[in-house]
Amino acid sequence: MKKGINTFNSRHTLEKRREPMTDTNLLLSITIGIFVLFYGFSMVKFGGGFLRPNQFFDIFNENGALIIIACGLSVVMVAGGIDISVGGVTSFVCMVSVVMLDDHGFSVAQTLLLALGIGLAFGAAQGFLVSYLEIQPFIVSLAGMFFARGATTMVEVNPRTVQHVSFKALRGVKLNLPFGYTANNGNFIAAKLELGVIIALAIVIVIFIILRWTKFGRSLYAVGGNSQSALMLGINVKRTRFCSYLLCGLLAGIAGFVYLLHTGSGSVTQFSGAEMKAIASSIIGGTLLTGGVGNIIGTLFGVLLLATINLIVIALKLKGPWWQGITVGFMLSLFIILQSVILSYRNRRRATI
Amino acid sequence: MPKSIKTLLSGFARSPLLIPFSMLAVLIVFNLIMDPAFFRITVVTNNAGYPSMQGRIVAILNNGSELAILAIGMTLVTAASGGQDISVGAAASIAGAVILRVVCGDETAPTALHASIIAAVLASIGVAMCFGAFNGVLVSVFKIQPMVATLILFTAGRQIAYWIGGGKILNAPGDVFKYFGNNIPGIAIPTPIFITLACIVVIALVLKFTNLGLYSQTVGINVKSARLNGLNPVWIKTLTYIIMSVCVAIVGFIKVSRTGNINYDTLAKDIEMDAILAVAIGGNALSGGKFNLTGSIIGAYIIQFLTNTLYATNVSSDSLKAYKAIVIIVIVVIGSPVLKEYADRLFRRGGAAQGVRS
Repeated sequence: MKKGINTFNSRHTLEKRREPMTDTNLLLSITIGIFVLFYGFSMVKFGGGFLRPNQFFDIFNENGALIIIACGLSVVMVAGGIDISVGGVTSFVCMVSVVMLDDHGFSVAQTLLLALGIGLAFGAAQGFLVSYLEIQPFIVSLAGMFFARGATTMVEVNPRTVQHVSFKALRGVKLNLPFGYTANNGNFIAAKLELGVIIALAIVIVIFIILRWTKFGRSLYAVGGNSQSALMLGINVKRTRFCSYLLCGLLAGIAGFVYLLHTGSGSVTQFSGAEMKAIASSIIGGTLLTGGVGNIIGTLFGVLLLATINLIVIALKLKGPWWQGITVGFMLSLFIILQSVILSYRNRRRATI
Repeated sequence: MPKSIKTLLSGFARSPLLIPFSMLAVLIVFNLIMDPAFFRITVVTNNAGYPSMQGRIVAILNNGSELAILAIGMTLVTAASGGQDISVGAAASIAGAVILRVVCGDETAPTALHASIIAAVLASIGVAMCFGAFNGVLVSVFKIQPMVATLILFTAGRQIAYWIGGGKILNAPGDVFKYFGNNIPGIAIPTPIFITLACIVVIALVLKFTNLGLYSQTVGINVKSARLNGLNPVWIKTLTYIIMSVCVAIVGFIKVSRTGNINYDTLAKDIEMDAILAVAIGGNALSGGKFNLTGSIIGAYIIQFLTNTLYATNVSSDSLKAYKAIVIIVIVVIGSPVLKEYADRLFRRGGAAQGVRS
């Protein structure tokens, strides 16, 4: 009897699963395709920096923290929520870390623990409000963002640069890759990956595994797709939602530390607008705001695609500083419309069959 | 207690306006304790030699105008499309840039108006409606989630405003232009209050004499059944975005009229967050469907009240956001469905016990 129920359950979830997974894979392949297209286009059109591997890996170096928060955001979005506080929390963690390292004699390990703690605290508070008190996630995380940004100014108003010796040494750790380019004077300049990026890529892999092969990951999709039927399948919907926020908060804490590793300084306005960039990356990567559909690899490529669009706009050397924003907006709209047209075409075809 | 009062009270306890109204009451009481002269209004002569009202309550009503007008549009958009327009701040910047461009012509600080103010406002409403229709079509025809669709204008909007303004700070000539953001000579009440009132009256009449409210709720609750009932969800959704954009254009006008010039980056900055918050505090579900416009407008003034109160208690503008966040959380926790249900259960149990005793 027990076995029977189990097989029924697993078959049921399998069928439920297959539906969004195909959409996910389609959206993922669109994103990767467009990224390759854009990057290939700029290699042919602009040459120069785009032909060097260094530029490609610099995209990673610039966006390590963004990749991490976008991963957290994707997890929350797959479970049907949204968290716009991630940028603020990252900035807050970064500022607190600077102050703790320099003024209060914290070691690097202690600071890292504190960063994780702050992230977890934000995640837990927001997760509790969203899942157990059933308050709209947008409002909760908006308040979280306000709180994090306000608290940052309470910790320190002036921009600060880290002076801590061992942290500075940690910042210098870079992985030399076997590719690079030969400079004009004949020196070989290898492409480098920063420590933060290695952390970010490790997190991408871990989240990918969690989403695809663990019970928790599968229940995230179930809860995001249809919380009612997830409840009937015996999934603890509230706890799953709570855990998604907890994970997102934790990742925001890590992102704060990684961001500090990259910039080495803290300021009040840093990382502003990052939440919107992270949401845009997730969506470009094929995660739906309505929940139930999403892929971490897509999110990674979403971040890369946005960064590439920015690089292209800079390479175009347009007159007037405003063209950058307008072009990014234009490309974003093209992309989003393309995505929607392809999806609706598929749905129509499926409906006629 | 007479029965009619009791039913009235219990009706009020169940009304969605309970939370916004009681929040407003708490804020007023708190303000009165902190500052007994809270309601005092003085009429002073301003720089131009005309009378103008001063006082904290006037300041709240005056500065809350933009938010209240945006809350109207945001409520309709939320109801019909189940999502929010996050591009309103950027679009207001565009509208302001259009107005100043038309009024100033090619100069940055002309001595006379190049075109009448009405023409400029109409032009900006036209441009804003185009952008509203763009958002609306993305949402309704292409079925893109509203926050994503409006993210495009959110990213590009202020840059478009820069482009329209030629990247220069434009200054409107003459005093007449500033009447709409400050005072009309001889009338002590700030003009934005009148503009807000006019907007509220217009939307109230529209909701009363047309089916706009009913249709947008129907579409918001169930698109499919709305279509089966002969409604056109595409058109209704687009229409709400166009109405939103008209509100945005009016807000842009008030904003540039207050100062007479424009700062593309800071005009109406972060106002989209406050507008969405106003809708939520007003007791509306952000997932669409039924809406309550009165609640949203009160929500807008609650936010302005809150900002004003925090400034009055000497909170620095930097850390203002943190306190605002705490108050928001308190408001939504009090209004949360779980707590409400819990209170309801307590109330009912108490009522049942009473019934047994009598």
